[in-house]
Amino acid sequence: MMLPKATPREELLTNLRAAYARMWVRLRGSNREVTGLVAEIGLPILTIGAYVILYRAIGLPPTAGAAVIIGGAMIAFWTNVLWNMSSQWFWERESGNLEMYLVAPVSRMSVLLGMAMGGSVNTSIRALGIVLLGIFVFQVPFQLADPLSVGLVFVLTLVALYTMGMLFASIFMLYGREAWNTASLLQEPVYFLSGAYFPRIYAPVVPFALQAAGSLIPMTIGLDAIRRLAINGEGVAAVWPHILALIACTLILFPLARRALNYMESLGKKEGRLTLRWQ
Amino acid sequence: MKRDLSIETKSLRRLFKGIPGKGDVVALDQVDLEVHDDEIFGLLGPNGAGKTTLIKILCTLLLPTEGQALIKGMDVVKRASQIRRIINLVSGGETPGYGILSVKENLWFFSQLYGLPRDFAKDRISKLVDQLELQDYLNTRMSKLSTGYKQRLNLARGFVNDPAVLFLDEPTLGLDVLSARHLRTLVKDWIRTGGKTVLLTTHYMAEADQMCDRVGIINRGKVLACDTPQRLKTKVTGGATWKIEITPSLSELESVKSIPGVIGLSTTDNIETGVTTLKLVLEEESIMSDLLSKIRENGSKVLNLGKSEPTLEDVYISLVGTGME
Repeated sequence: MMLPKATPREELLTNLRAAYARMWVRLRGSNREVTGLVAEIGLPILTIGAYVILYRAIGLPPTAGAAVIIGGAMIAFWTNVLWNMSSQWFWERESGNLEMYLVAPVSRMSVLLGMAMGGSVNTSIRALGIVLLGIFVFQVPFQLADPLSVGLVFVLTLVALYTMGMLFASIFMLYGREAWNTASLLQEPVYFLSGAYFPRIYAPVVPFALQAAGSLIPMTIGLDAIRRLAINGEGVAAVWPHILALIACTLILFPLARRALNYMESLGKKEGRLTLRWQ
Repeated sequence: MKRDLSIETKSLRRLFKGIPGKGDVVALDQVDLEVHDDEIFGLLGPNGAGKTTLIKILCTLLLPTEGQALIKGMDVVKRASQIRRIINLVSGGETPGYGILSVKENLWFFSQLYGLPRDFAKDRISKLVDQLELQDYLNTRMSKLSTGYKQRLNLARGFVNDPAVLFLDEPTLGLDVLSARHLRTLVKDWIRTGGKTVLLTTHYMAEADQMCDRVGIINRGKVLACDTPQRLKTKVTGGATWKIEITPSLSELESVKSIPGVIGLSTTDNIETGVTTLKLVLEEESIMSDLLSKIRENGSKVLNLGKSEPTLEDVYISLVGTGME
């Protein structure tokens, strides 16, 4: 006795509902506790504020502060991708949720999409907090000639970044505790390589190889483009290469993430590692 | 009338390679099993017998090394996504979900993994909450629930997609007597709605005896016997089952086990009274005198001795050689 297959429409609806539900869990979960909100929004502002004060104290132009504000806002997304997406399967497995995702008739990609959407909305609030701090407290100068382009680059950066998060999550799927260490290993070097906390004026002193390595991360590309658009007042013509690079990143990373996820899931089912706990 | 098969395994084998300290482990070895529609099928076996491995294969969480496993005629390897629409899994002692979310929110979340439309999901959740008596905890965060209520929530989650085949892996683990009884009643009522199948693993013999239409006894990856509890009792315990109370406990249990004619032996110690109860399955009654001598040699005194009606536990003891403990 064979049961009828779900129609493509039914499958799509199920996956969209799952993605929405996972996004909702992230939003609800992160914003329910006041301490979480303070830690998410309030604490990063202190670090960024410290940089702005330092740069002002050593006599750098106010645009250096603006560069750090944008860097701090964007770095929040990288942290979110690392801790709330890439290593998330590890926590889901420990709590028994991964098993439930795997038994349910939904694509793992839709669950990751939900995490990405929830994470990007949450982190946008944090990023907005940082930008508002820059504008109203430190009065850093922004020069927005083309707000639409800023919006476009921002969205493209997020899409590329969270697609990279999906790829990492797939690779991390079978990880045990090493997921924690790997996420840490990817955190600080990227803070440095992307130039998030120092203005571009110092970029020439960073060796080319390091700059190139940093450019492999969509955030570095997006960060550079947004700084050009929002601080230098340049137009979309100045950031075309960035836009193309971000689109290329997404187009390459998305199928890679899907393949990696399928491969890791099938490997996990073969080796029996998907449901092991506390490794 | 022949009923359709809900679960079928054919020569199913699962090998785990390179387990630290054990090397290669055969978790399932040529398992042939048939479970029908409208049946509660129990799987009994000691820890490491292969029960959970079997459930994981049937739930599409693990690939078989050899052989085939089918759910409603569909191969678990080739038709995994179709199978996932009609199954669900509840594991005892597990609390999937998000602690920061309420009971209602968690159930809604899991209903969305099965694509239930909003109003339909709301109705389903409302019914489940009533059936599992979770009404008073609807808006309580999962992290604040007691173990028993967490398990009720876990069970409600298992029913959320109204699965055709439900896998219950030791569902009453850690539950108090009333909650466990409530859960058993609920599962039995649910199966009566028709077209459902339950595969249950448990350590509790009475639970299996009370709930299951048929029982399979599994040890070291092999199914040793499979039938209704009643038939198993008459078939397997053709010999005699005895209950002996002694004090103090046996110093050398193996010396009693090794007496020719002792098919199986389990012991239960009562710490308060210092009395140990031996449950024995013997080939024939004539070996009782050897047995009593051996008990005396061990320095124990026999307090009580009597023949008992065979239970599922006796079946288990006679097949596996020891009790569950």
